[in-house]
Amino acid sequence: MADDPILSVRDLHVSFRTKRGLARVVRGLDYDLHAGETLAIVGESGSGKSVSTLAMTKLIPMPPGQVSGEVWLGDDDLVPLSEKHLLHYRGRRIGYVFQDPMTSLNPVHPIGRQLTEGMRYHLELSDEEIRERAIDLLQKVGIPSPEKRLDDYPHQFSGGMRQRVVIAIGLSCDPEVLVADEATTALDVTTQAQIVELIGRLQDELGMGVIWITHDLGVVAGIADRVLVMYAGQVVEAADVDALYARPRHPYTVGLMRSLPVLGDLERRDLASIPGLPPSPTALPEGCAFHPRCAFRDDDRCATEAPPLRDIGDGHLIRSFYEVPEEIAQEAAAEARIEIEPPDADDVGDAAAEVGSRSGRGGET
Amino acid sequence: MSDDRPDQPPSDEPAEEPRQPSAEQPELERPEGEHRPQWRQTLAILLSNRAAAVGLVVLIVMVLTAVFADQLIRFPINEDNIANRFAPPSADHWFGTDDLGRDVYSRVVMGARVSLQVAAISVTISLVAGTLLGLIAGYRGGWLDTVTMRAVDVAFAFPAVLLAIALVAVFGPSLRNTMIAIGIVFTPIFARVVRGSVLSVREDLYIRAIRSLGASDGRIILRHVLPNVAAPVIVQTSLSLAFAILLEAALSFVGAGVQRPTPAWGLMLADAQRFIAQGWWLSVFPGMAIFVTVMAFNLMGDGLRDALDPRQRTLIEARGAGGGEDE
Repeated sequence: MADDPILSVRDLHVSFRTKRGLARVVRGLDYDLHAGETLAIVGESGSGKSVSTLAMTKLIPMPPGQVSGEVWLGDDDLVPLSEKHLLHYRGRRIGYVFQDPMTSLNPVHPIGRQLTEGMRYHLELSDEEIRERAIDLLQKVGIPSPEKRLDDYPHQFSGGMRQRVVIAIGLSCDPEVLVADEATTALDVTTQAQIVELIGRLQDELGMGVIWITHDLGVVAGIADRVLVMYAGQVVEAADVDALYARPRHPYTVGLMRSLPVLGDLERRDLASIPGLPPSPTALPEGCAFHPRCAFRDDDRCATEAPPLRDIGDGHLIRSFYEVPEEIAQEAAAEARIEIEPPDADDVGDAAAEVGSRSGRGGET
Repeated sequence: MSDDRPDQPPSDEPAEEPRQPSAEQPELERPEGEHRPQWRQTLAILLSNRAAAVGLVVLIVMVLTAVFADQLIRFPINEDNIANRFAPPSADHWFGTDDLGRDVYSRVVMGARVSLQVAAISVTISLVAGTLLGLIAGYRGGWLDTVTMRAVDVAFAFPAVLLAIALVAVFGPSLRNTMIAIGIVFTPIFARVVRGSVLSVREDLYIRAIRSLGASDGRIILRHVLPNVAAPVIVQTSLSLAFAILLEAALSFVGAGVQRPTPAWGLMLADAQRFIAQGWWLSVFPGMAIFVTVMAFNLMGDGLRDALDPRQRTLIEARGAGGGEDE
């Protein structure tokens, strides 16, 4: 992956003017995304992970919102572009898949119409070609008898099927970057695994870069190449996925890992949590943004001085004056690392074939 | 780097990816049966509500009456016959005759045309103007929203009749100006209804999703927001038609609406008032016409509200009225 990144974010700041003052939601974000790479951005609600990706194409409400910094997509910096110009990037070069498949489809239009909408804006294809492409896309994401389902309405699909449609829409114009914003959060575990597997497969096939936004460090282990952990609008730890799980260093990362439930663990009855709440973006604490909640606080400077993001080798970055002790960190990481195995192809194949044939018949009547 | 793949790889690539759609989809699709178009389902629910069905039938009769008024009248509507003033209802004059000996039945029938025409045109004006204002104010927000909604609040502060009279006073009383005045009076209601719905629809994820595809604001408003606010607008239209008929009658009654000798129901009531002792039929029949029409619109409006409300809808369908899909 020595080639040039397809997406480079430099010093991205996003803030909103609110009645209680300026809310600084993203504070200086830097990262690169390469073709075929999966970058996971992890953090609690309100850490700025979603906003940072929406802000790339200014999908946030812009009168109260402000974006600064640089977002290089290939040779173009998106930040100075006007709304009119950004229309050519949205969907065409950066595709989005949102969290909730139940609400990210418009209930009044058939899915075919929604699937082809982006293509009509961006691709110069005839109606016939667009239709073929739509069928092809639906087939790619695993929707049975796609030509028959184009005219169906969203409410005629189950949650998992809808998310497949939403993914197909996100992919419809062949974007270089796909942003999957909590794309599996609203789904049950089995479906989650399938969607994860599906996006991975499509990524290999199409060679796009994927930004996977989630709060679930467990999911990340199985899918990401590199992980950014965000807190209060900043990266607190960034590392390649194996390095991160081998030895997480930042107290917040370790806290997140410890707060994951461990299936089948009878020993640990209580679920660890990080005390307190994330700070309000209008009233960030002095010093390290995390210090009031930090369980490993170990330096006088924490409360007064903001720690810089420092490189501790091999591109492993942390924003802290000290590191979590090795033993604790590794224990937390080991427990967190439940790979959601994209279930054994054979197993699922059999079970699904059975179910599929049943539903196939039902769906065609 | 990726510009060389605008065309999806065709389906001839390696079989590493199991194409049989069934390979991975344990979700059971609901066997749907036939899929009824939404409007037919709505109609079915509407008709299962007896009151709404009655309202609908009455309205259809009213509209037919208005359309075929020329064939239905039994005497020229403005032909005086002083010799036959205040004749009570009879085989010749079903609704009797008025102070000038004109056939009340014929005038009531022709009045349907006037009333429905005023209602339809004025409500269309307010529907279009109010929906446009509400869409823009709600979607754009900010100062535009503030200004529009404060203006709406000001308009609401006036009683509707008073505002309409004031407007007619400015424009001068005539059939056309009555319609314009009523249209203006009702515009704020639509603006407010639409804006309220837009505020909630605007936040829906599918609007963000469609923006993320590169849709312009104009397209989003027309193709994605508008259809999703249609239900409350339809209900408001039906109820507004009733109010428009009442308002027109009121305006005509006080002389600020349709002018003599046009046979408007409100005008006929105004005339009848002076001769209340000479014949009950002078006031009863135009009054009944107003009552029945307004009632019908209201019944249908209420029924539509229930039929278009997803929660009510589920409830009604659960009882087996609408049939078909859940959710």
